[in-house]
This record gives sequence, C-alpha cells and structure tokens, in this order.
Amino acid sequence: MTGQVDPGRRTVVVGVGNEFRRDDGAGPEVIARLRARQPGDADLSCVTLAVSDGEPGRLIDLWEGTSLAVVIDAVRDSSLSPGHTCQLAADALAGLADGAASTHGIGLGDTVELARALGRLPERLTVLAVVGRDFGFGAGLTAEVAAAVAELVEQVRCIVRQPGRGKGMGVRVTPGPFGEKGF
Amino acid sequence: MADRTLTVRALARVEGEGAMHVRVRDGAVEDVRLEIYEPPRFFEALLRGRRHTEPPDITARICGICPVAYQMSACLAIEEACGVEVSDAVADLRRLLYCGEWIESHALHIYLLHAPDFLGYASALDLARDGRGTALVERGLKLKKAGNAIMELVGGRAIHPVNVRVGGFYRAPARAEMASLAEQLRAALDLALDTVTWAAGFEFPDFQHDHEMLALVRPGQYAIDRGTVASTGGLSFAAAEFEDYVIEEQVPHSTALHARLAGRGRYLTGPTARYTLSSQWLSEVARQAADAAGLGAECRNPFRSILVRAVEVVYAVDEALRLIERYEPPAPCYLEVPPRAAVGHGATEAPRGVLFHRYAIDAAGLITSARIVPPTSQNQASIEDDLRRFVAGRLDLDDERLTRQCEQAIRNYDPCISCSTHFLDLTIDRG
Repeated sequence: MTGQVDPGRRTVVVGVGNEFRRDDGAGPEVIARLRARQPGDADLSCVTLAVSDGEPGRLIDLWEGTSLAVVIDAVRDSSLSPGHTCQLAADALAGLADGAASTHGIGLGDTVELARALGRLPERLTVLAVVGRDFGFGAGLTAEVAAAVAELVEQVRCIVRQPGRGKGMGVRVTPGPFGEKGF
Repeated sequence: MADRTLTVRALARVEGEGAMHVRVRDGAVEDVRLEIYEPPRFFEALLRGRRHTEPPDITARICGICPVAYQMSACLAIEEACGVEVSDAVADLRRLLYCGEWIESHALHIYLLHAPDFLGYASALDLARDGRGTALVERGLKLKKAGNAIMELVGGRAIHPVNVRVGGFYRAPARAEMASLAEQLRAALDLALDTVTWAAGFEFPDFQHDHEMLALVRPGQYAIDRGTVASTGGLSFAAAEFEDYVIEEQVPHSTALHARLAGRGRYLTGPTARYTLSSQWLSEVARQAADAAGLGAECRNPFRSILVRAVEVVYAVDEALRLIERYEPPAPCYLEVPPRAAVGHGATEAPRGVLFHRYAIDAAGLITSARIVPPTSQNQASIEDDLRRFVAGRLDLDDERLTRQCEQAIRNYDPCISCSTHFLDLTIDRG
C-alpha cells in the first residue's frame, strides 16, 4: 500500500484463489498486475492490495472497516463461457450461501453472510467474478481466463477511481473453489 | 419395528467428503458404514523418489487444517532415519507452532462445526444470525485468530507453513516479535476459559464407549510434539514399533484404510484419548478448567469431546504463553541433516489424534518408501461401532431426527476425511 490513506475512506482489493489450481489463480494474478502498476498509478495509490485463500476469518479481517472492498474471484458456471466476467454486489451473493459447507467448502456467499451477521461487511462490497474453465492441479491460467485478466484490472481501476460504479448487478453465478482446504 | 435405511449423502461440517449408511432390519441395526468416497490421494506413492528434505513441505499439503502435524511427524521420522536430534530450543519452537495449530483447529471445530448441533442451529451461519449467537461466533473467530497468529509468526503463514525444514526452521523469530503474540494470547486465554464454561453447559447425550484408547504420552508434559505411544489397555511402545501394533486393512466401502490394534481390535485416538491418558499433565489453569467443567480423570462419552477440545485450547494457549515467556531464538535455528540409508519413524499428536509417518531413504537421500497413518482412518472402526450402538438406542426416532443425531455423533470425532482418504452422506435403510 502506498500514499496517504484517509482512515474513513479505505479501499481494499482482494484477489481470492489458489495459484496452483489453474483458473482459481485469476484473483491473485489480477492483484499481481495491480501491484506492478501501483507505484505510478494515481488511481491505485491509496488502495490496499491483498491476496486471500478465501478463509472467512482472514477475508473478513481484510475488508472490515473499509468503505469499499473489491473482491476478484474465479467461479464455475457451465452456462457462461470461460473468461466471461461479471460484477456482483454483496446482496447478490446472499443466494449463494447455504451454511452447510464443510470447512474447506465455505464459499464467498457464506463468508459474506457471516460478515453481514457479525456486522463486519465493508460499506460497499463489489465482487468481480470470472468464469473459469480448469480448476485442476497446476499453475497457469487457461487462455480464456488469462485473456480476461487485463479487463479485470481495468474494471478494478474504474471501480476504485469512481466508487459509485461498483454497485454491481444481480448476475447468477455459482461459487468456485475458493482456495484449497483452508479453514 | 419396520426395516429402514438412513442415508446422509454428503456429510456437512466435517473436513472432506464422505457418507454414512445405516441399515435396520427387523428392528435391529444390521449394518453401519462410513463411506469415504473422497478419492485416494496417493501421497505415499508420490513421496517415493523425492529428496529426504521434502516430506515436510509435501505432506503439509495433505491438510489445510493440520499441516503442522504432518510437518512435525515427517521431520521426526527423517531426523530419526538420519540420526539427528534437534536442540531443545528447536523442539520448543516446534511445540509452540503445534500449539497454534491446536488452537486454530479446535476453535474451528468447537464454534463453527460442532456447537451448532448442541445449540439447535443448522449451521454456524444460523448461529451468527441469531442475536444471541453472534458474540459466540465472534469469540470463536478471535480464538482461531490467535492460533493463526502463532502459525503466521513461527510457521511463516497460517496455512501450509513454509518455515519448517528437516532439522529445524529456516528462520527463528526474534524475541521482540513474540511480544505482541503474547499479548494476543493473554486475551485468548480468557476466551478459552470462557469457552470451557460455556461448553460445560451443553446437554450431552448419555453414551459411553469401551474402546481401547491410544495416544502419545510423555510423563510430565501433555504430549503434543513427541512421546511414547500408549493405550488405556496397557500398551506402551515407540513410534518405531507402530506398525508392529497397528494393522491397517482395506474395507470395500471406504477409500480410507481401517486400523486395528494387532490381536486386540478397534481403538480410538484423539482428544478424549489424550485427555484420558495424560490429564494429570495438563497445566494448572487447564486442569482447574477441566475440574470446574466436571470432566473426571477420563472421558468415555464422545459427545463430551467438545469439552475436552475446549480444555485443550486452554492448555495450548497456556503452553504457548509459557514457551514464549522463556523463548530464546535457537542458534543455529536448524541442523544440517545429511542423508544415510535408513528407515525413520515419527509420531505426533495431530488435533485429531496420533499421526504416524515412516520413511525409508537411500544413501543419496531419496525416499524409497513412505507410510502415513492419519488419525481419522485409525478411528473409523470405532466411529462405526459407536454409531451402531447409538442408532440401536434411538430407533424410535423418525429418520430426520435420527439422521441429525447421527451427524452430530460423527462430528464428535472431528473426522478429517481429506487426511484419511482416503469421507459424509447418511442413509438409514429400514428395509
């Protein structure tokens, strides 16, 4: 993080995923690109950039008390093409929480609902989702998801530059594998 | 009583993927099976041909909940094979790291996986949504965070630590770095004590088992990172003799092996076994908490395992504080471990019980064979036996209630299916 931060207007951008599970590494890859640009990019100068394995406690700690949190995550959705991106607001994630997951299957929807119940949501939460094709073992994104990373970087810059743009839309997605067994 | 079948096709609030099948015929329980369908993971095979320095990093990947256990058992085994014994200071730092894992794992299980059963909620999320439960979930998360803090400082990160190496640690934290950790742990000790008091108020089903219980024992100290394997039946043997006493067998319905004690049969490992064999060596504050909670000298009611875990969290926090108080960075922080052709064995107390590793390495340091025996696979036969007797006493319940109670019963053992996959989905077949 660089620059002066107004404690009341903190912004955090979190890439959720596991770089060793192919397209699940999309979130971390976006953060890597943003970090590379951050020193000379006024839009990113006061933004906290972080990578998370999706473990709810740590993810909630990252966004608690911020005015804006942007979370980038890869998702599965067989009805959409790999590499397709969409923007979701926190409310749109409520339907994805089932509360019955095992410890390494707690998805972003459950984490958002847990944070809501605990009063620990950011003022505004926007999720940038990218549809992945391969969540198997190994490093490296598939061509379709790799091609979407630049677009995701620009979407993040746009949202943090104009926070009002990140209110999201109610797009139907299904949660992807948020990291590995990490709870 | 009619014949019936209960099925839970995917057990929730356990670590991994598995199912449970109960078949009832003529009013009697005919069969209970824990079906572990999570695919085999072949870690023992992929370790062959790897360097003797690699098992701590490779086996840590078996589990995101108890990676330290895998690292510690692996280190002990390789170091035994190579004839290296680490310094007391390194051993203490390992024990501190292990305390972090116990705190993190137990807090997770107590608050997010098991407590909802006792309090009548479908999930921790529902508990958190209830105004009365919000503070409870927050307390659990704070406790877990204290464990994470130890893992991050000593292990390098909270999951799959990277600071552990055969022979010691890549880097020893400075004393000053321990100061803020101690502050966080002092607050966590109060949370842990409150947890014991809270859990002691739960209603525990009246159920007892008669399994032989197996745990590491180290007189004078509650065994975590080392010890002699001992049982309530009088067995006492070194890790090197583990395979002489513990027989693993394949069963058709599980990708996990079932274990039994040679010539004796099923047994149980884990928190209640540890407590029963070593409660006299708990620290004073943990012992007092156990006494106040009504735990006696032994614990044979698996439903009270949540209470034992809570006491173990008190112990782990207290022990971590003790280790930090006297901490001096080990110098050197690791010993070189040159390879030699030999076989080594290691056993430590993972949060769920005894975890055994054995490696054979050649003179060049390549692993020629590996064997890993995780706690959940050791417990499967005892879990099935307990479920058989538990269901037999509750056949008057309808399928929904019986299924719910069976799931709660399975969670008593905090089964880590991913580790044992070599696991839940419950079917009750009443014919």
